[in-house]
Amino acid sequence: MSRLLTRGALYLFLIALSVPLVFPFLWMVSSALKLPGDVLASPPQLVPAEVTWDNIRDVFTFQPFARQVYNSLYIATLVALFTCVLSLLSGYAFARLRFPGRNVLFFLFLSALMLPVEVTLIPNFSLMKALGFADTHVPLLALPVFGATGVTGVFLMRQFIQSIPVELEEAAMIDGMGRLRILLHVILPLTRPMLGTIGIIAFLYSWNSFLEPLVFVNRSELFTVPLALTAFTDTSGNPIWGVQMAATAISTVPLLLAYLVARRQITESLAQTGIK
Amino acid sequence: MAAPILTPTPEATGRSGSPAPRRARRHRRREALTGYLLISPQALGFTLFVLVPLVAIVVLSFTHTDLRSGRSEAAGWDNYRQLLTEDPTFWRSVAVTGVFALGLVAINVGLSLGLALVLYRRPPGAGLFLTLAFLSVVTSQAAWALVWRFLLQGEGGGVNELLSLVGITGPNWLFEAKPALAAVIVVAALKTVGLKAVIFLAALRNIPSETLEAARLDGASEWRLIRHVVLPLIAPTTLVVVLITFIGSFQVFDYIQLMTHGGPSHATSVLAFYLYEQAFELFQAGYASAIAVVLFGLTLLLVAAQWWARRKWVHSE
Repeated sequence: MSRLLTRGALYLFLIALSVPLVFPFLWMVSSALKLPGDVLASPPQLVPAEVTWDNIRDVFTFQPFARQVYNSLYIATLVALFTCVLSLLSGYAFARLRFPGRNVLFFLFLSALMLPVEVTLIPNFSLMKALGFADTHVPLLALPVFGATGVTGVFLMRQFIQSIPVELEEAAMIDGMGRLRILLHVILPLTRPMLGTIGIIAFLYSWNSFLEPLVFVNRSELFTVPLALTAFTDTSGNPIWGVQMAATAISTVPLLLAYLVARRQITESLAQTGIK
Repeated sequence: MAAPILTPTPEATGRSGSPAPRRARRHRRREALTGYLLISPQALGFTLFVLVPLVAIVVLSFTHTDLRSGRSEAAGWDNYRQLLTEDPTFWRSVAVTGVFALGLVAINVGLSLGLALVLYRRPPGAGLFLTLAFLSVVTSQAAWALVWRFLLQGEGGGVNELLSLVGITGPNWLFEAKPALAAVIVVAALKTVGLKAVIFLAALRNIPSETLEAARLDGASEWRLIRHVVLPLIAPTTLVVVLITFIGSFQVFDYIQLMTHGGPSHATSVLAFYLYEQAFELFQAGYASAIAVVLFGLTLLLVAAQWWARRKWVHSE
Protein backbone atom coordinates (compact mmCIF):
# COMPACT_ATOMS: atom_id res chain seq x y z
CA MET A 1 0.00 0.00 0.00
CA SER A 2 2.63 2.51 1.01
CA ARG A 3 4.67 1.50 -2.04
CA LEU A 4 1.67 2.20 -4.18
CA LEU A 5 1.28 5.61 -2.54
CA THR A 6 4.93 6.45 -3.11
CA ARG A 7 4.65 5.43 -6.72
CA GLY A 8 1.52 7.54 -7.10
CA ALA A 9 3.27 10.54 -5.56
CA LEU A 10 6.22 10.13 -7.90
CA TYR A 11 4.02 10.10 -10.99
CA LEU A 12 2.12 13.08 -9.64
CA PHE A 13 5.45 14.93 -9.42
CA LEU A 14 6.36 13.92 -12.97
CA ILE A 15 3.03 15.03 -14.36
CA ALA A 16 3.03 18.28 -12.38
CA LEU A 17 6.52 19.07 -13.70
CA SER A 18 5.56 18.20 -17.25
CA VAL A 19 2.69 20.69 -17.39
CA PRO A 20 4.82 23.88 -17.45
CA LEU A 21 7.32 22.15 -19.73
CA VAL A 22 4.84 20.97 -22.35
CA PHE A 23 1.84 23.30 -22.12
CA PRO A 24 3.77 26.26 -23.64
CA PHE A 25 4.28 24.26 -26.83
CA LEU A 26 0.61 23.29 -27.08
CA TRP A 27 -0.49 26.86 -26.40
CA MET A 28 1.98 28.23 -28.93
CA VAL A 29 0.72 25.96 -31.73
CA SER A 30 -2.89 26.49 -30.84
CA SER A 31 -2.48 30.28 -30.78
CA ALA A 32 -0.67 30.19 -34.10
CA LEU A 33 -3.82 28.78 -35.68
CA LYS A 34 -6.29 31.21 -34.07
CA LEU A 35 -8.05 34.24 -35.47
CA PRO A 36 -6.73 37.50 -33.95
CA GLY A 37 -9.92 37.92 -31.90
CA ASP A 38 -9.61 34.46 -30.34
CA VAL A 39 -5.96 34.68 -29.27
CA LEU A 40 -6.65 36.16 -25.85
CA ALA A 41 -10.25 35.01 -25.64
CA SER A 42 -11.81 34.08 -22.34
CA PRO A 43 -12.64 31.32 -21.67
CA PRO A 44 -9.48 30.07 -23.37
CA GLN A 45 -9.64 27.80 -26.38
CA LEU A 46 -6.99 25.12 -26.38
CA VAL A 47 -8.41 23.93 -29.68
CA PRO A 48 -9.08 27.02 -31.83
CA ALA A 49 -12.78 27.68 -32.44
CA GLU A 50 -11.90 28.39 -36.04
CA VAL A 51 -8.60 27.33 -37.56
CA THR A 52 -6.83 29.88 -39.72
CA TRP A 53 -3.60 29.58 -41.68
CA ASP A 54 -3.29 33.32 -42.14
CA ASN A 55 -0.79 33.73 -39.31
CA ILE A 56 1.59 31.27 -40.88
CA ARG A 57 1.32 33.04 -44.23
CA ASP A 58 1.86 36.41 -42.54
CA VAL A 59 5.06 35.18 -40.90
CA PHE A 60 6.69 35.08 -44.32
CA THR A 61 5.18 38.27 -45.75
CA PHE A 62 5.71 40.42 -42.65
CA GLN A 63 9.48 39.87 -42.68
CA PRO A 64 11.89 37.92 -44.90
CA PHE A 65 11.49 35.07 -42.42
CA ALA A 66 12.69 32.32 -44.76
CA ARG A 67 15.86 34.33 -45.32
CA GLN A 68 16.23 34.80 -41.56
CA VAL A 69 15.91 31.08 -40.93
CA TYR A 70 18.54 30.53 -43.59
CA ASN A 71 20.80 33.10 -41.87
CA SER A 72 20.51 31.27 -38.57
CA LEU A 73 21.15 27.90 -40.17
CA TYR A 74 24.22 28.92 -42.15
CA ILE A 75 25.74 30.94 -39.29
CA ALA A 76 25.24 28.10 -36.82
CA THR A 77 26.72 25.62 -39.31
CA LEU A 78 29.81 27.78 -39.85
CA VAL A 79 30.23 28.34 -36.11
CA ALA A 80 30.06 24.58 -35.58
CA LEU A 81 32.56 23.96 -38.36
CA PHE A 82 35.10 26.57 -37.25
CA THR A 83 34.78 25.50 -33.63
CA CYS A 84 35.48 21.89 -34.59
CA VAL A 85 38.57 22.76 -36.62
CA LEU A 86 40.04 25.10 -34.02
CA SER A 87 39.33 22.82 -31.10
CA LEU A 88 40.98 19.92 -32.89
CA LEU A 89 44.13 21.97 -33.55
CA SER A 90 44.37 23.58 -30.13
CA GLY A 91 43.06 20.55 -28.27
CA TYR A 92 45.77 18.38 -29.77
CA ALA A 93 48.48 20.90 -28.97
CA PHE A 94 47.35 21.22 -25.36
CA ALA A 95 46.95 17.48 -24.92
CA ARG A 96 50.12 16.21 -26.57
CA LEU A 97 52.73 18.81 -27.36
CA ARG A 98 55.14 20.37 -24.91
CA PHE A 99 55.85 24.04 -25.33
CA PRO A 100 56.77 26.82 -22.92
CA GLY A 101 53.72 28.67 -21.63
CA ARG A 102 51.33 25.85 -22.37
CA ASN A 103 49.70 25.69 -18.96
CA VAL A 104 49.44 29.44 -18.61
CA LEU A 105 47.78 29.68 -22.01
CA PHE A 106 45.40 26.87 -21.22
CA PHE A 107 44.44 28.50 -17.95
CA LEU A 108 43.81 31.79 -19.76
CA PHE A 109 41.58 30.02 -22.27
CA LEU A 110 39.67 28.34 -19.45
CA SER A 111 39.00 31.62 -17.73
CA ALA A 112 36.84 32.63 -20.69
CA LEU A 113 34.40 29.87 -19.75
CA MET A 114 33.26 31.87 -16.77
CA LEU A 115 33.26 35.22 -18.49
CA PRO A 116 29.75 36.61 -19.09
CA VAL A 117 29.57 37.58 -22.75
CA GLU A 118 28.11 40.94 -21.72
CA VAL A 119 31.38 41.97 -20.08
CA THR A 120 33.38 42.25 -23.30
CA LEU A 121 30.50 43.36 -25.49
CA ILE A 122 31.22 47.10 -25.47
CA PRO A 123 34.86 46.92 -26.67
CA ASN A 124 33.87 44.23 -29.16
CA PHE A 125 31.16 46.50 -30.51
CA SER A 126 33.68 49.31 -31.08
CA LEU A 127 36.23 46.87 -32.48
CA MET A 128 33.78 45.41 -34.99
CA LYS A 129 32.70 48.89 -36.02
CA ALA A 130 36.32 49.93 -36.52
CA LEU A 131 37.01 46.80 -38.58
CA GLY A 132 33.99 47.55 -40.77
CA PHE A 133 32.00 44.57 -39.55
CA ALA A 134 29.11 46.50 -38.02
CA ASP A 135 25.78 45.23 -39.39
CA THR A 136 27.33 42.07 -40.85
CA HIS A 137 27.37 38.46 -39.74
CA VAL A 138 31.08 38.48 -38.94
CA PRO A 139 30.67 39.22 -35.21
CA LEU A 140 28.11 36.42 -34.92
CA LEU A 141 30.78 34.04 -36.21
CA ALA A 142 33.91 35.42 -34.56
CA LEU A 143 32.64 36.00 -31.03
CA PRO A 144 31.40 32.46 -30.29
CA VAL A 145 34.22 30.76 -32.19
CA PHE A 146 36.92 32.63 -30.27
CA GLY A 147 34.94 33.06 -27.06
CA ALA A 148 33.35 30.69 -24.60
CA THR A 149 32.00 28.24 -27.20
CA GLY A 150 35.37 27.77 -28.83
CA VAL A 151 37.06 27.38 -25.47
CA THR A 152 34.53 24.73 -24.44
CA GLY A 153 35.47 22.87 -27.61
CA VAL A 154 39.20 23.08 -26.88
CA PHE A 155 38.66 21.87 -23.36
CA LEU A 156 36.52 18.87 -24.37
CA MET A 157 38.87 17.96 -27.21
CA ARG A 158 41.94 18.12 -24.99
CA GLN A 159 40.29 15.79 -22.47
CA PHE A 160 39.28 13.43 -25.25
CA ILE A 161 42.70 13.29 -26.89
CA GLN A 162 44.36 12.69 -23.53
CA SER A 163 42.27 9.53 -23.24
CA ILE A 164 43.64 8.16 -26.54
CA PRO A 165 46.60 5.82 -25.94
CA VAL A 166 49.81 7.63 -26.79
CA GLU A 167 51.28 4.40 -28.20
CA LEU A 168 49.29 4.90 -31.40
CA GLU A 169 51.20 8.08 -32.13
CA GLU A 170 54.52 6.60 -31.10
CA ALA A 171 53.99 3.80 -33.58
CA ALA A 172 53.13 6.32 -36.27
CA MET A 173 56.25 8.32 -35.43
CA ILE A 174 58.44 5.28 -35.73
CA ASP A 175 56.91 4.87 -39.17
CA GLY A 176 58.28 8.34 -39.85
CA MET A 177 55.06 10.34 -39.74
CA GLY A 178 55.32 13.97 -38.66
CA ARG A 179 53.05 15.57 -36.08
CA LEU A 180 50.73 17.19 -38.57
CA ARG A 181 50.26 13.99 -40.53
CA ILE A 182 49.61 12.13 -37.29
CA LEU A 183 47.00 14.72 -36.38
CA LEU A 184 45.33 14.32 -39.74
CA HIS A 185 45.57 10.56 -40.22
CA VAL A 186 45.68 9.08 -36.71
CA ILE A 187 43.96 11.51 -34.36
CA LEU A 188 41.28 13.05 -36.58
CA PRO A 189 39.50 9.75 -37.35
CA LEU A 190 39.53 8.81 -33.66
CA THR A 191 38.05 12.12 -32.51
CA ARG A 192 34.97 11.92 -34.70
CA PRO A 193 32.52 11.34 -31.82
CA MET A 194 33.95 14.30 -29.91
CA LEU A 195 33.81 16.47 -33.02
CA GLY A 196 30.13 15.57 -33.26
CA THR A 197 29.60 16.63 -29.66
CA ILE A 198 31.46 19.90 -30.11
CA GLY A 199 29.64 20.58 -33.35
CA ILE A 200 26.26 20.11 -31.69
CA ILE A 201 27.17 22.33 -28.75
CA ALA A 202 28.48 25.10 -30.99
CA PHE A 203 25.54 24.87 -33.38
CA LEU A 204 23.04 25.16 -30.54
CA TYR A 205 24.88 28.05 -28.95
CA SER A 206 24.83 30.00 -32.19
CA TRP A 207 21.24 29.03 -33.03
CA ASN A 208 20.10 30.30 -29.63
CA SER A 209 22.12 33.44 -29.37
CA PHE A 210 20.06 36.58 -29.09
CA LEU A 211 22.24 39.25 -27.52
CA GLU A 212 24.93 39.29 -30.22
CA PRO A 213 22.50 39.70 -33.14
CA LEU A 214 20.60 42.30 -31.14
CA VAL A 215 23.75 44.36 -30.70
CA PHE A 216 25.51 43.81 -34.01
CA VAL A 217 22.80 43.49 -36.66
CA ASN A 218 20.38 46.21 -37.79
CA ARG A 219 18.96 45.26 -41.19
CA SER A 220 16.04 42.89 -41.01
CA GLU A 221 17.32 40.74 -43.88
CA LEU A 222 20.41 40.04 -41.76
CA PHE A 223 18.40 39.07 -38.66
CA THR A 224 18.75 35.63 -37.21
CA VAL A 225 15.66 33.78 -36.00
CA PRO A 226 15.69 34.76 -32.29
CA LEU A 227 15.97 38.43 -33.20
CA ALA A 228 13.36 38.12 -35.96
CA LEU A 229 10.86 36.62 -33.51
CA THR A 230 10.83 39.87 -31.56
CA ALA A 231 10.01 41.96 -34.62
CA PHE A 232 6.45 40.77 -35.25
CA THR A 233 4.98 43.95 -33.83
CA ASP A 234 2.42 46.52 -34.88
CA THR A 235 3.25 50.18 -35.43
CA SER A 236 3.14 50.98 -31.73
CA GLY A 237 5.52 48.14 -30.90
CA ASN A 238 2.98 45.72 -29.46
CA PRO A 239 3.38 42.10 -30.48
CA ILE A 240 0.96 40.64 -33.02
CA TRP A 241 0.46 37.53 -30.93
CA GLY A 242 -0.92 35.11 -33.48
CA VAL A 243 1.81 35.80 -36.03
CA GLN A 244 4.53 35.86 -33.41
CA MET A 245 3.43 32.51 -32.01
CA ALA A 246 3.27 31.09 -35.54
CA ALA A 247 6.85 32.25 -36.19
CA THR A 248 7.99 30.94 -32.81
CA ALA A 249 6.38 27.58 -33.52
CA ILE A 250 8.06 27.41 -36.93
CA SER A 251 11.41 28.37 -35.37
CA THR A 252 11.32 25.39 -33.00
CA VAL A 253 10.68 22.86 -35.77
CA PRO A 254 14.23 22.31 -37.12
CA LEU A 255 15.76 21.53 -33.73
CA LEU A 256 12.81 19.51 -32.47
CA LEU A 257 13.08 17.36 -35.58
CA ALA A 258 16.84 17.03 -35.14
CA TYR A 259 16.27 16.09 -31.52
CA LEU A 260 13.73 13.41 -32.37
CA VAL A 261 16.09 11.94 -34.96
CA ALA A 262 19.31 12.07 -32.92
CA ARG A 263 17.96 12.09 -29.38
CA ARG A 264 20.71 10.12 -27.73
CA GLN A 265 23.57 11.95 -29.44
CA ILE A 266 22.14 15.39 -28.64
CA THR A 267 21.34 14.51 -25.04
CA GLU A 268 24.80 13.15 -24.39
CA SER A 269 26.53 16.04 -26.12
CA LEU A 270 24.70 18.65 -24.12
CA ALA A 271 25.24 16.79 -20.88
CA GLN A 272 28.96 17.36 -21.35
CA THR A 273 28.69 21.04 -20.73
CA GLY A 274 26.76 23.24 -18.42
CA ILE A 275 25.78 25.58 -21.23
CA LYS A 276 22.32 27.11 -21.06
CA MET B 1 31.38 15.19 -17.61
CA ALA B 2 30.98 18.71 -16.47
CA ALA B 3 33.13 18.33 -13.40
CA PRO B 4 36.57 18.99 -14.84
CA ILE B 5 35.55 22.15 -16.67
CA LEU B 6 36.30 24.19 -13.63
CA THR B 7 39.66 22.69 -12.79
CA PRO B 8 42.59 22.71 -15.11
CA THR B 9 44.55 19.62 -14.32
CA PRO B 10 48.19 20.42 -13.73
CA GLU B 11 50.45 18.59 -16.09
CA ALA B 12 53.83 17.13 -15.54
CA THR B 13 55.92 19.38 -17.70
CA GLY B 14 59.26 19.26 -19.41
CA ARG B 15 62.13 16.91 -18.87
CA SER B 16 64.82 18.06 -16.58
CA GLY B 17 68.51 18.39 -16.22
CA SER B 18 71.15 16.53 -18.07
CA PRO B 19 72.51 17.94 -21.33
CA ALA B 20 70.30 16.38 -23.90
CA PRO B 21 71.80 15.11 -27.14
CA ARG B 22 71.46 17.61 -29.97
CA ARG B 23 68.91 15.52 -31.79
CA ALA B 24 66.61 15.40 -28.81
CA ARG B 25 66.91 19.13 -28.36
CA ARG B 26 66.10 19.77 -31.98
CA HIS B 27 63.19 17.41 -31.67
CA ARG B 28 61.87 19.30 -28.68
CA ARG B 29 62.17 22.63 -30.46
CA ARG B 30 60.25 21.28 -33.38
CA GLU B 31 57.56 20.02 -31.04
CA ALA B 32 57.24 23.43 -29.40
CA LEU B 33 57.03 25.14 -32.79
CA THR B 34 54.31 22.74 -33.92
CA GLY B 35 52.45 23.47 -30.68
CA TYR B 36 52.56 27.22 -31.23
CA LEU B 37 51.54 26.76 -34.85
CA LEU B 38 48.52 24.68 -33.92
CA ILE B 39 47.18 26.99 -31.24
CA SER B 40 48.03 30.22 -33.05
CA PRO B 41 44.69 30.71 -34.87
CA GLN B 42 42.71 30.35 -31.70
CA ALA B 43 45.20 32.24 -29.57
CA LEU B 44 45.10 35.18 -31.97
CA GLY B 45 41.31 35.28 -32.03
CA PHE B 46 41.17 34.86 -28.29
CA THR B 47 43.57 37.74 -27.78
CA LEU B 48 41.66 39.99 -30.16
CA PHE B 49 38.10 39.24 -29.00
CA VAL B 50 38.53 38.31 -25.33
CA LEU B 51 41.81 39.49 -23.78
CA VAL B 52 42.08 42.92 -25.43
CA PRO B 53 38.38 43.71 -24.77
CA LEU B 54 38.87 42.65 -21.17
CA VAL B 55 41.68 45.17 -20.74
CA ALA B 56 39.74 47.75 -22.76
CA ILE B 57 36.73 47.47 -20.49
CA VAL B 58 38.83 48.42 -17.48
CA VAL B 59 40.34 51.39 -19.34
CA LEU B 60 36.92 52.48 -20.64
CA SER B 61 35.45 52.37 -17.15
CA PHE B 62 37.66 55.36 -16.27
CA THR B 63 36.26 57.46 -19.12
CA HIS B 64 33.07 59.14 -20.19
CA THR B 65 32.52 57.63 -23.61
CA ASP B 66 29.60 58.03 -25.95
CA LEU B 67 29.05 54.78 -27.79
CA ARG B 68 27.57 56.39 -30.93
CA SER B 69 30.08 59.16 -31.57
CA GLY B 70 32.95 57.41 -29.86
CA ARG B 71 33.82 60.70 -28.16
CA SER B 72 35.70 59.96 -24.98
CA GLU B 73 37.25 61.88 -22.12
CA ALA B 74 39.03 60.87 -18.96
CA ALA B 75 36.75 60.52 -15.96
CA GLY B 76 38.97 59.27 -13.17
CA TRP B 77 36.88 57.43 -10.62
CA ASP B 78 33.68 59.30 -11.56
CA ASN B 79 31.85 56.31 -12.95
CA TYR B 80 32.59 54.16 -9.93
CA ARG B 81 31.70 56.96 -7.53
CA GLN B 82 28.42 57.54 -9.30
CA LEU B 83 27.71 53.83 -9.49
CA LEU B 84 28.37 53.12 -5.84
CA THR B 85 27.02 56.26 -4.18
CA GLU B 86 24.49 57.94 -6.46
CA ASP B 87 22.77 55.22 -8.40
CA PRO B 88 19.98 53.35 -6.59
CA THR B 89 19.22 51.46 -9.81
CA PHE B 90 22.68 49.91 -9.71
CA TRP B 91 22.14 48.64 -6.18
CA ARG B 92 18.70 47.46 -7.14
CA SER B 93 20.29 45.54 -10.02
CA VAL B 94 22.86 43.98 -7.69
CA ALA B 95 20.04 42.84 -5.39
CA VAL B 96 17.96 41.56 -8.32
CA THR B 97 21.01 39.68 -9.65
CA GLY B 98 21.44 38.03 -6.25
CA VAL B 99 17.78 37.09 -5.90
CA PHE B 100 17.73 35.86 -9.47
CA ALA B 101 20.82 33.70 -8.96
CA LEU B 102 19.59 32.16 -5.71
CA GLY B 103 16.08 31.59 -7.05
CA LEU B 104 17.35 30.11 -10.29
CA VAL B 105 19.75 27.75 -8.52
CA ALA B 106 17.15 26.62 -5.97
CA ILE B 107 14.37 25.97 -8.47
CA ASN B 108 16.46 24.70 -11.36
CA VAL B 109 18.73 22.41 -9.36
CA GLY B 110 15.93 21.31 -7.03
CA LEU B 111 13.60 20.30 -9.84
CA SER B 112 16.26 18.65 -11.97
CA LEU B 113 17.69 16.69 -9.05
CA GLY B 114 14.16 15.63 -8.12
CA LEU B 115 13.46 14.57 -11.68
CA ALA B 116 16.72 12.60 -11.87
CA LEU B 117 16.06 10.85 -8.54
CA VAL B 118 12.60 9.80 -9.75
CA LEU B 119 13.82 8.66 -13.15
CA TYR B 120 17.06 6.89 -12.40
CA ARG B 121 15.53 3.57 -11.43
CA ARG B 122 13.83 3.72 -14.86
CA PRO B 123 10.17 3.55 -13.85
CA PRO B 124 7.75 2.89 -16.73
CA GLY B 125 7.51 6.02 -18.86
CA ALA B 126 10.90 7.40 -17.74
CA GLY B 127 12.07 7.90 -21.32
CA LEU B 128 8.90 9.78 -22.22
CA PHE B 129 9.17 12.19 -19.29
CA LEU B 130 12.83 12.86 -20.01
CA THR B 131 12.00 13.59 -23.65
CA LEU B 132 9.22 15.97 -22.59
CA ALA B 133 11.62 17.75 -20.24
CA PHE B 134 14.10 18.07 -23.11
CA LEU B 135 11.72 19.87 -25.47
CA SER B 136 12.48 23.20 -23.83
CA VAL B 137 16.21 22.46 -23.84
CA VAL B 138 16.32 22.34 -27.64
CA THR B 139 14.12 25.43 -27.95
CA SER B 140 15.91 28.77 -28.15
CA GLN B 141 15.80 31.01 -25.11
CA ALA B 142 14.16 33.72 -27.17
CA ALA B 143 11.35 31.41 -28.27
CA TRP B 144 10.87 30.12 -24.72
CA ALA B 145 10.80 33.67 -23.33
CA LEU B 146 8.32 34.91 -25.95
CA VAL B 147 5.91 32.03 -25.47
CA TRP B 148 5.95 32.59 -21.72
CA ARG B 149 5.48 36.32 -22.10
CA PHE B 150 2.37 35.48 -24.08
CA LEU B 151 1.23 32.91 -21.50
CA LEU B 152 1.73 35.43 -18.69
CA GLN B 153 -0.44 38.19 -20.14
CA GLY B 154 -2.69 39.58 -17.44
CA GLU B 155 -6.01 39.21 -19.24
CA GLY B 156 -6.58 36.19 -21.44
CA GLY B 157 -3.06 34.86 -20.84
CA GLY B 158 -2.85 31.07 -20.63
CA VAL B 159 -1.53 30.96 -17.07
CA ASN B 160 -4.22 33.17 -15.60
CA GLU B 161 -6.92 31.35 -17.54
CA LEU B 162 -5.67 28.07 -16.09
CA LEU B 163 -5.59 29.61 -12.61
CA SER B 164 -9.13 30.95 -13.01
CA LEU B 165 -10.31 27.39 -13.61
CA VAL B 166 -9.42 26.68 -9.97
CA GLY B 167 -10.81 30.01 -8.79
CA ILE B 168 -7.57 31.98 -8.47
CA THR B 169 -7.28 35.45 -9.97
CA GLY B 170 -3.68 35.72 -11.13
CA PRO B 171 -1.79 39.03 -11.08
CA ASN B 172 -0.74 40.91 -14.19
CA TRP B 173 2.46 38.91 -13.99
CA LEU B 174 4.95 40.90 -15.98
CA PHE B 175 3.79 44.33 -14.88
CA GLU B 176 3.94 43.97 -11.10
CA ALA B 177 7.32 43.98 -9.38
CA LYS B 178 7.33 40.76 -7.37
CA PRO B 179 5.31 38.58 -9.72
CA ALA B 180 7.51 39.75 -12.61
CA LEU B 181 10.74 38.77 -10.88
CA ALA B 182 9.27 35.45 -9.77
CA ALA B 183 8.03 34.79 -13.30
CA VAL B 184 11.34 35.41 -15.08
CA ILE B 185 13.16 33.27 -12.52
CA VAL B 186 10.75 30.35 -12.90
CA VAL B 187 10.73 30.58 -16.68
CA ALA B 188 14.54 30.62 -16.81
CA ALA B 189 14.71 27.76 -14.31
CA LEU B 190 12.28 25.53 -16.20
CA LYS B 191 14.13 25.89 -19.50
CA THR B 192 17.10 23.71 -18.51
CA VAL B 193 15.55 21.26 -16.03
CA GLY B 194 15.85 18.46 -18.60
CA LEU B 195 19.51 19.21 -19.28
CA LYS B 196 20.53 19.33 -15.62
CA ALA B 197 18.52 16.17 -14.95
CA VAL B 198 20.57 14.34 -17.56
CA ILE B 199 23.77 15.45 -15.84
CA PHE B 200 22.43 14.21 -12.50
CA LEU B 201 21.25 10.94 -14.08
CA ALA B 202 24.75 10.23 -15.35
CA ALA B 203 26.14 10.75 -11.84
CA LEU B 204 23.44 8.57 -10.28
CA ARG B 205 24.11 5.73 -12.70
CA ASN B 206 27.77 5.80 -11.69
CA ILE B 207 26.89 4.76 -8.15
CA PRO B 208 27.86 1.09 -7.79
CA SER B 209 24.75 -1.00 -7.20
CA GLU B 210 26.60 -2.96 -4.46
CA THR B 211 26.73 0.22 -2.37
CA LEU B 212 22.99 0.61 -2.57
CA GLU B 213 22.36 -3.09 -1.94
CA ALA B 214 24.53 -3.05 1.17
CA ALA B 215 22.64 -0.08 2.58
CA ARG B 216 19.33 -1.77 1.82
CA LEU B 217 20.43 -4.97 3.56
CA ASP B 218 21.22 -2.85 6.60
CA GLY B 219 17.56 -1.96 6.58
CA ALA B 220 17.82 1.64 5.41
CA SER B 221 14.51 3.04 4.17
CA GLU B 222 14.35 4.48 0.67
CA TRP B 223 14.32 8.03 2.02
CA ARG B 224 17.30 7.44 4.32
CA LEU B 225 19.09 5.71 1.49
CA ILE B 226 18.73 8.78 -0.71
CA ARG B 227 19.61 11.20 2.05
CA HIS B 228 22.58 9.41 3.55
CA VAL B 229 24.01 7.38 0.68
CA VAL B 230 22.94 8.69 -2.70
CA LEU B 231 23.11 12.43 -2.15
CA PRO B 232 26.56 12.41 -0.52
CA LEU B 233 27.86 10.25 -3.35
CA ILE B 234 26.74 12.66 -6.04
CA ALA B 235 27.79 15.74 -4.05
CA PRO B 236 30.65 16.58 -6.46
CA THR B 237 28.24 16.69 -9.39
CA THR B 238 25.72 18.69 -7.41
CA LEU B 239 28.38 21.23 -6.50
CA VAL B 240 29.42 21.63 -10.11
CA VAL B 241 25.85 21.95 -11.35
CA VAL B 242 25.10 24.55 -8.66
CA LEU B 243 28.17 26.56 -9.63
CA ILE B 244 27.55 26.36 -13.36
CA THR B 245 23.98 27.48 -12.79
CA PHE B 246 25.12 30.25 -10.47
CA ILE B 247 27.75 31.58 -12.86
CA GLY B 248 25.35 31.16 -15.79
CA SER B 249 22.77 33.25 -13.96
CA PHE B 250 25.11 36.25 -14.24
CA GLN B 251 24.78 36.16 -18.01
CA VAL B 252 21.01 35.92 -18.12
CA PHE B 253 19.81 38.55 -20.50
CA ASP B 254 17.33 37.14 -23.01
CA TYR B 255 14.51 36.48 -20.57
CA ILE B 256 14.78 39.92 -19.02
CA GLN B 257 15.00 41.80 -22.29
CA LEU B 258 12.17 39.86 -23.91
CA MET B 259 9.74 39.35 -21.03
CA THR B 260 9.95 42.51 -18.93
CA HIS B 261 12.64 44.73 -20.42
CA GLY B 262 13.96 45.09 -16.90
CA GLY B 263 10.71 46.49 -15.59
CA PRO B 264 8.51 47.37 -13.96
CA SER B 265 10.81 50.19 -12.79
CA HIS B 266 13.92 47.97 -12.79
CA ALA B 267 12.32 45.29 -10.61
CA THR B 268 13.78 42.61 -12.89
CA SER B 269 16.91 44.42 -14.05
CA VAL B 270 19.85 42.09 -13.47
CA LEU B 271 23.34 43.57 -13.84
CA ALA B 272 23.81 42.12 -17.32
CA PHE B 273 20.62 43.84 -18.42
CA TYR B 274 21.51 47.13 -16.72
CA LEU B 275 24.87 47.03 -18.49
CA TYR B 276 23.15 46.51 -21.84
CA GLU B 277 20.66 49.29 -21.14
CA GLN B 278 23.38 51.78 -20.22
CA ALA B 279 25.59 50.88 -23.16
CA PHE B 280 23.26 50.17 -26.04
CA GLU B 281 20.14 52.14 -25.19
CA LEU B 282 21.61 55.14 -23.37
CA PHE B 283 25.05 54.90 -25.07
CA GLN B 284 26.93 55.55 -21.81
CA ALA B 285 29.80 53.24 -22.69
CA GLY B 286 32.08 54.42 -19.89
CA TYR B 287 29.46 54.00 -17.22
CA ALA B 288 28.39 50.65 -18.63
CA SER B 289 32.04 49.54 -18.60
CA ALA B 290 32.19 50.21 -14.87
CA ILE B 291 29.16 47.94 -14.49
CA ALA B 292 30.94 45.35 -16.62
CA VAL B 293 33.98 45.51 -14.34
CA VAL B 294 31.73 44.94 -11.33
CA LEU B 295 30.04 42.02 -13.07
CA PHE B 296 33.42 40.56 -13.95
CA GLY B 297 34.60 41.03 -10.37
CA LEU B 298 31.54 39.23 -9.04
CA THR B 299 32.18 36.36 -11.45
CA LEU B 300 35.78 36.09 -10.27
CA LEU B 301 34.59 36.03 -6.66
CA LEU B 302 32.27 33.15 -7.49
CA VAL B 303 35.03 31.24 -9.22
CA ALA B 304 37.28 31.74 -6.21
CA ALA B 305 34.44 30.59 -3.97
CA GLN B 306 34.05 27.43 -5.99
CA TRP B 307 37.74 26.58 -5.67
CA TRP B 308 37.41 27.03 -1.96
CA ALA B 309 34.16 25.05 -1.70
CA ARG B 310 35.59 22.25 -3.77
CA ARG B 311 38.63 21.97 -1.52
CA LYS B 312 36.51 22.02 1.60
CA TRP B 313 33.63 19.72 0.69
CA VAL B 314 34.70 17.47 -2.08
CA HIS B 315 37.53 15.14 -1.31
CA SER B 316 36.67 12.36 -3.67
CA GLU B 317 38.08 13.80 -6.89
